[in-house]
Amino acid sequence: MKLTSHMRKLALGATALSSLALLGTALPAAAAIKGPIKIGVIGEASSVAGAAIINASKLAAENINAHGGINGHKVEVITYDDHSSASDAVSAFKRLATQDKVDAIVGSYMSEVVLALEPWAARLHMPYISPGAASTKIPLQVHEHYNQYKYTFQGWLNSAFLAQSVCDFTKDVFVDKYHMKTTVIMSEDAAWTAPLDATYKKCLPKVGVKVLDEIRFNPDTSDFTPIFNKIEGLHPDFITTGISHVGVRPTVQWHDQQVPLAMTGISSQASTSTFWKDTNGAAEGVLTQTGATPTVAITPKTIPFAKAYAKAYGDSPSYVGYAAYDDVHVIADAIKRANSTNPDKIVSAMEKTDYVGTVGRIQYYGKDSIYAHGLKYGKGLVTGLFIQWQDGKQVAVWPDKLADGKIKFPSFVKLPTATH
Amino acid sequence: MVAIQILIDGFVISALYGLGAIGFTLIFGVTGVLNLAHGGIMVIAALVGWYAANQFGLDPYAAAAVGVLAGMIAAFITYFVVIRPIQQSRTIPSDETEIFILTGTLLWGVMIQEGLAYLFSDNPVTMKPLLPGVVYILGDRTPINEIMIGILCWVVIGLLWLVVYRTKIGKPLLAASENPRALGLLGFEMSRIYLFSWAIYGILAGVAGVLLASFLGVSSASAGSLTASAFSIVVLGGLGSVWGSLIAAYVVGYLETITAYLISPQLRPIPALIVLVLVVYLRPQGILGRR
Repeated sequence: MKLTSHMRKLALGATALSSLALLGTALPAAAAIKGPIKIGVIGEASSVAGAAIINASKLAAENINAHGGINGHKVEVITYDDHSSASDAVSAFKRLATQDKVDAIVGSYMSEVVLALEPWAARLHMPYISPGAASTKIPLQVHEHYNQYKYTFQGWLNSAFLAQSVCDFTKDVFVDKYHMKTTVIMSEDAAWTAPLDATYKKCLPKVGVKVLDEIRFNPDTSDFTPIFNKIEGLHPDFITTGISHVGVRPTVQWHDQQVPLAMTGISSQASTSTFWKDTNGAAEGVLTQTGATPTVAITPKTIPFAKAYAKAYGDSPSYVGYAAYDDVHVIADAIKRANSTNPDKIVSAMEKTDYVGTVGRIQYYGKDSIYAHGLKYGKGLVTGLFIQWQDGKQVAVWPDKLADGKIKFPSFVKLPTATH
Repeated sequence: MVAIQILIDGFVISALYGLGAIGFTLIFGVTGVLNLAHGGIMVIAALVGWYAANQFGLDPYAAAAVGVLAGMIAAFITYFVVIRPIQQSRTIPSDETEIFILTGTLLWGVMIQEGLAYLFSDNPVTMKPLLPGVVYILGDRTPINEIMIGILCWVVIGLLWLVVYRTKIGKPLLAASENPRALGLLGFEMSRIYLFSWAIYGILAGVAGVLLASFLGVSSASAGSLTASAFSIVVLGGLGSVWGSLIAAYVVGYLETITAYLISPQLRPIPALIVLVLVVYLRPQGILGRR
C-alpha cells in the first residue's frame, strides 16, 4: 500500500511536473500563432470602391500565401457586404469578431461608416484599418482616447492631407503654369469633406488662390445645372472639387453643358478605370488626386499589383483597392513581427510599421499626434499623385517625377492666359 | 440670365417627370394597378440601353431603342409574373387583391433594384447624348441634347394622345378607364386591352428611363426615388388623370427648378413636398381627380 501510495504520489508529482513543463511550452505557444490567420474584410460589393476593398484583400491574401504565409501560417480572408450602411457594417464587424474569430479587420471607405465601427474596434479589442475613410475625426478619437481607441488605423490619407496635396498641385500647375488666381470649392456634403474644405480654405490662399465661394451640395443631387450656373456666375478661374459619393453626374453634366472651367481636386470615382465608360468619355480633362495608377511605378509593387488586379477582375483598382492591398500586407507584417495574434501586440507592431506598399512607404503617426494611427503624408512616404483623364486613359501629370504625360484641357475649357 | 435658364431647365425636367408619371397613371386608370416597381422598370431600360451601347458599340439611337424594348419586356414580366397571378389567385380574397398587388410590386421593385445593383453596381451611368454640343438661347448656353429631350417627351405624349383618342385599338383604353365592366359586357376582350396597356406603359416608362439616363444619369439606387416622384406627381394631379399628371409634373418640375436656382440646390425637393402635403389636406382628389 505504502509503496503504491508512494508511487501514486510520485506519479502525481510527475504528472504535475510534466503538465507544468507542458504549460511552460504551451503558454507562449497559445499567445503565438495557431492555425490560419483570419482577416475580416467589409465592403459594399455593389459600389466600385467597396468591391475594390474585397477584391484587393483577396489578392493580398493570395500573394502572402504564395510567399509562404505569415511565419508559415496561411492567411484566410472572410468578407461581408455592408451595403455602405453603418448598421450593416457594425453587424458584420461584430460577427467577424465573435463568430468568425478573425485576428484583424480591413473595411469600409466611408467616414460615416468607419466612425460607427471605431467604438466597436475599441470594445472588441479588434485591430481595424480603413482603406479609404478620410475624416480627421477618426485619428483624432485615437489621439484623445488612446487606451480605448488604439485599435483603429487609417489606411489612407486623411482629408487635411488630401486637401494639402491639392493645394501643392494647384501651386505648381494652376498658379505657376496657368496663372490661375481664383476658385470656387464644390464639395459633397459628407463627413470627409468638412475637414477637406476647411483645409482648402486655409491652404489655397497660401498658394495665391482666392476662394470666391464654397458650395456644398447633397450627395443625392441629380441635376447639377443650377450649381454650375452659380459657380459660373462668380467667374472663378477653376473649380476645386471634393467629390466621392458622386462623380459620374457632375462630370457628365460639366461636359455636356460645356462649363468652361477646369476641374481639379478630389474626384474619387475618377480614380477607377471604369469611370471613362460610366461617363461615356465625358471624363476627358478631369483632374483628380489619387493613390496610384496602373502605369506609374510609385514603388516596385504598384504595377505588378495593378496587373494582377486587372487580370483577376477586368478593371483597375480604385485608390481604395491599392490601400486595401497594402493594409492586408501591413497587418500580415505586424503579425509576423509580433509573432502573435494578440490584439495589443498586433497594434503595437502596427504602430512600428515601416513598409513599402503599392502607394509608397507606409508609416503611421504616433499617439501624441492629432492624426494618431493615420497614414503619414510627405515626400519619401505617401504623397499620392494627380491624374488626368485623356483619351480614355489615366495620365499621371503631377508630381513631375511620377508624371507620364502633360496636362491637356478639353476645347470648351477657357484658360485665363494661353501660356502653351 | 437665370430666368431663361430656369425656364428651359424647368421645361425639360417637367417634361421628363410628366412622361414618367403618365405611364404610371395610365396603368392605374385602365387596369387599377398601382405599380410600385415603376422606377425599377425605368432603370432597367436605362441600364440595358447603356450596357448595349458600351458592349456592342451601338449608336445612341439604337441603344435607346434597345433600352425601350427592355423597358417593355420588363413591363410584361411585371404583369405576367407578379400582377396577373395575384389578380387570378383564388386564395386571395378579392377585396384584398389591391393590397397584395401593392405589396407584390413593391417587393418586385426591391428585387429589381438589388438585382441591378448586383449586375451593374449602384454607380450612376449616363447614356451618350442623342445630339452632342450646345446652343445659345438668348445668351444662355444649353446642351442641344436637353432641348431634344424636351421635344421628344412631348412628341411621345402627343403620340399617346393620338393612339388613345384617334385609333380603334386605343379608344377602348379610354373606355376601360371609365368603366371596365361595361366594356366587358359589350364583348371586348379585357385581357387584350390589359396587354395593350402594359405594352404602352412599358414603352412610356422605357422612353422616360432612357431619356433620363441621357440627361441626368441613372443608377440602380434611383429606382425608389423615381417611383416616389411618379407617385407624388400622380397623387398631386389626381389618380388616373393623365392631364392632371402633366399639370402636376410641371408644378413640381418648376417648383424644384426655381428652388434650386434661387434658394439652394440642397432644398430642391422641399417646396414640392409641402405642396403635396397641402393638396392631400385640402383637395385629396388632386388637381384633376374625379372623386
